[in-house]
Amino acid sequence: MNALAHGAAYGAVIATVLLAMVALAIWFERKLAGRMQSRLGPTMVGPVGLLQPIADVLKLLQKEDIVPADADRGLFNVAPVLAVLVSLGAAAVVPFAPSTIAADLDVGVLYVLAIGGLMVIPTFAAGWASNNKFALLGGMRAVAQSVSYGVPLVLATLVPVILAGTMSLSGIVAWQSQHHWFAVWPVLPGLPAFFVFFLALLAESNRIPFDIPEAESELVAGVTTEYTGAKFTLFYMAEYLHTLVGSAVAAALFFGGWDGPFAPGLFWMVGKTLALFASVYWVRWSLLRFRADQLMELCWKRLTPLSVALVLLAAAWVQFVPGGGK
Amino acid sequence: MSVQIQSAVRAGIDPHLSPRSLDPEADLMLLHFGPQHPSTHGVFRMDLLLDGEIVVKATPYVGYLHRAVEKLCEKLTYAQVTPIVDKNDYVAPMTNEQALNMAFERLLGIEVPRRARWMRTIFAELQRIASHLLWLGTFTLDLGGALGGGTTLFMHAFRERESILDLFEDVSGARFHYNTHTIGGNRHDIPAGWDDKVKAALAVIEARIPEYEAMSVANSIFVARTRRIGVLSGELALELGITGPNLRASGVDHDLRRDAPYGAYDELTVRPCVASEGDCLARARVRVDEMRESIRLVRDGLAGLPEGPICGYKPVRQPTQVKVTAGSQVYVAIETPRGELGTFVVGGGEPPTSPHRLKIRSPSLHALSAIPYILPGHTVSDAVAILGSLDPIMGEVDR
Repeated sequence: MNALAHGAAYGAVIATVLLAMVALAIWFERKLAGRMQSRLGPTMVGPVGLLQPIADVLKLLQKEDIVPADADRGLFNVAPVLAVLVSLGAAAVVPFAPSTIAADLDVGVLYVLAIGGLMVIPTFAAGWASNNKFALLGGMRAVAQSVSYGVPLVLATLVPVILAGTMSLSGIVAWQSQHHWFAVWPVLPGLPAFFVFFLALLAESNRIPFDIPEAESELVAGVTTEYTGAKFTLFYMAEYLHTLVGSAVAAALFFGGWDGPFAPGLFWMVGKTLALFASVYWVRWSLLRFRADQLMELCWKRLTPLSVALVLLAAAWVQFVPGGGK
Repeated sequence: MSVQIQSAVRAGIDPHLSPRSLDPEADLMLLHFGPQHPSTHGVFRMDLLLDGEIVVKATPYVGYLHRAVEKLCEKLTYAQVTPIVDKNDYVAPMTNEQALNMAFERLLGIEVPRRARWMRTIFAELQRIASHLLWLGTFTLDLGGALGGGTTLFMHAFRERESILDLFEDVSGARFHYNTHTIGGNRHDIPAGWDDKVKAALAVIEARIPEYEAMSVANSIFVARTRRIGVLSGELALELGITGPNLRASGVDHDLRRDAPYGAYDELTVRPCVASEGDCLARARVRVDEMRESIRLVRDGLAGLPEGPICGYKPVRQPTQVKVTAGSQVYVAIETPRGELGTFVVGGGEPPTSPHRLKIRSPSLHALSAIPYILPGHTVSDAVAILGSLDPIMGEVDR
C-alpha cells in the first residue's frame, strides 16, 4: 500500500512536470530551428515567445473534432490517448534523482523497452482506423520501422546492463556515479552503444532522418492525416514526450543520470536530458529524410550486427578485464 | 506483392499498358497523389497504382491551373499582353516577358538596341539564379520535409533569392511581376549604382553556394535519395521534347543560349553545364553548376554593358498603332531556367492590333510528360524526389 501511494504521488508529480517540460521543449525546439534558419522563432506570445506552445495547444483545442465517415470510431478515438499513455508510462522508472523515481523496479530497463515497444500499437491503430490511404501507408511504415529498430535498441541497452550487472535503471545510474559513465569508459562498447541507442531512439520516436511514418512531403501527414483538434494535439504531445523520456533514459544509461559535481542530482539529470533532447532536434533541422528501404538497410545490415558485436565486447570486458565487472 | 508486375516494371514496362493485365489477381492500390498534396508543386495530380509501396503505373493529370492565357492574349493588343504572361512561369517571370516580346519584335520587324539586349541578358541570368535557388529550396523540402532539414536549406535559399528580388525591385519597382520588357526594348533603365549592388549580392551568393552543396548534392542522405533514381535517358528526353537542365543532365549538350544565341549571348561565352547520369542527382548538380555559371555571365554582362537607348520603338500610346499583316507568323524560343520557352504568334487578328493566335510552348509541360516513363519501379518517396527534380511550374504547364 505504501509503495502504491508513493508510486501514485511521484507518478502524478513526474507526469505533470513532464507535460510542462513538453511545452518548454516545443518552445526550445522552435527557437533552435529559428536560429538555424536565420529566423527569430516565436517572439510575440509571452516573454521571448515562451507562451507560444500554450497558445498553439489552445488553438488546436478549439478546432473542430472530425472523425472520417468510414473510420473505425472506437480505435480512432483510443489511439491518441494510448499514444500519450505509452509515452508517459515509460517515465515511471526513470530516476531523476537518487530517490526521485516513481517506481524503482528491479527490471526497470526491461520495463522501459517493453513500454517503448508498445508505441507502435497506437501509431498503427491510428493508421488503420483512419481509413485513409496515406494514413495506412504511414502505419505500415511505422510497424516495419518500430519492429526493426527495436532490435538494435534492445541490444544497445544490453551494453550498460551487462557492464553494471543490473537491470534496474537507478542501479545502473548508481553504478556509474560510483565508477564511471558508460559513454566515457569503457570507450569501445560504451560510446558506440550510445550512438546506436541514439539512432534507434530517433527511429523509434519517428524523428528526422527517420520520420518516414509521418513523412509529410510524401504521405501528407502519415498516420495523423485525418486527425484534428484535441486528438491531433495528443499525438503531437506524445511525440515530444516520447523523445523527452527517451533522452532521459539515454542520459541514465550512458551519461550517469543524476551524477555530477556541485549541483543537486535533479539539475544534472534534467540538464543531460535536455542536452540530448536538443541534439535530437539539431539532427532534425539539419538532415533530410531516408527512404523506407534505406532505413531497413541501415537497421539490419549496419546497426544490428554492430550492436551484437558491442554486446559481445561488453560481455568480454566484464569477463576478462580485471576489475571490469565490479 | 505481384512477381509478374514487379519484374515487368523493372524491365521497363510500356506506360500505356495496364499492369492489371499482367496479373489480374494482383492486390494493387490506386493512390490519388494531388492535386491537394504538399509536394505536387501546386496543383499537379498523379494517379499512382501501387503494389505495396512500389509504383507500377503513374498517370499525370494537368489542367487544374488553366487560366486561358493564350485565348486572352488574342483579345488584347500586343502591348497589353506582357503583364499577362508574367504569371505563367511565376518563378522566373521575366523570362516570359522576354520570350513574348522577342516574338512580337520579330513579327513587327523592330530592332532592339544593343543596351536593351544586354540588359535583358543580365536580367535573364539573375532570374536563372533566383529560380534555381527556389528550386533547390523546394527540392530539399520535398526530400526532407517541411519539419526538418529541408526547411533549413529552403529558408537559406529564399534569403538569397530575396536579394535578387530586391535588385529587380530597384529596376522595375515590382518584386515579382515586373512588366519591364516591352516591344522594342525595356521600359526601365537600370538606376545609378545598381551594378555595385548586383556585384555585392552575387559575392554573397557565390560564397554561400558551397554551403548549399554541403547540405544538398554533397550530403550523403541527399545522394542516397537521388542517385540512380528516376533515370531519364537522353534519347527518351529528346523524344519527349524535354529541354533545359533536365535534358542536359541526361547527357545531351543542348543550350539555346549557345546553339541559337539571342540577346547578348552571341557576344558572351556560354558554357552549358552537362551531366551524363540522367538521374535526380545529375539534375540537381546541373542546376547548382548553372548558378555558378550564371553568376559569371552576369558579371561579364555588367562589365560589357554598352551605353545607349533602351528602347528601339516609340512607346505605344495608342494601341491601334501596332498593326501586323494577316497571316505572318513567327516562333521564337529562349532558354529559361526550365528549358526552351517558345512563343508562336500568328499576326493579323481581329482587330488587327491583336495577335490572331498565340501559343506558348512551356518546358515544364514537356518535363512532366517523362513521369509515366521514369516513375514506375520506384517507391512513393521517390515519386516526390522525381517530381521535384524535374522542376515543374504549374502556372507554366497549364497557362
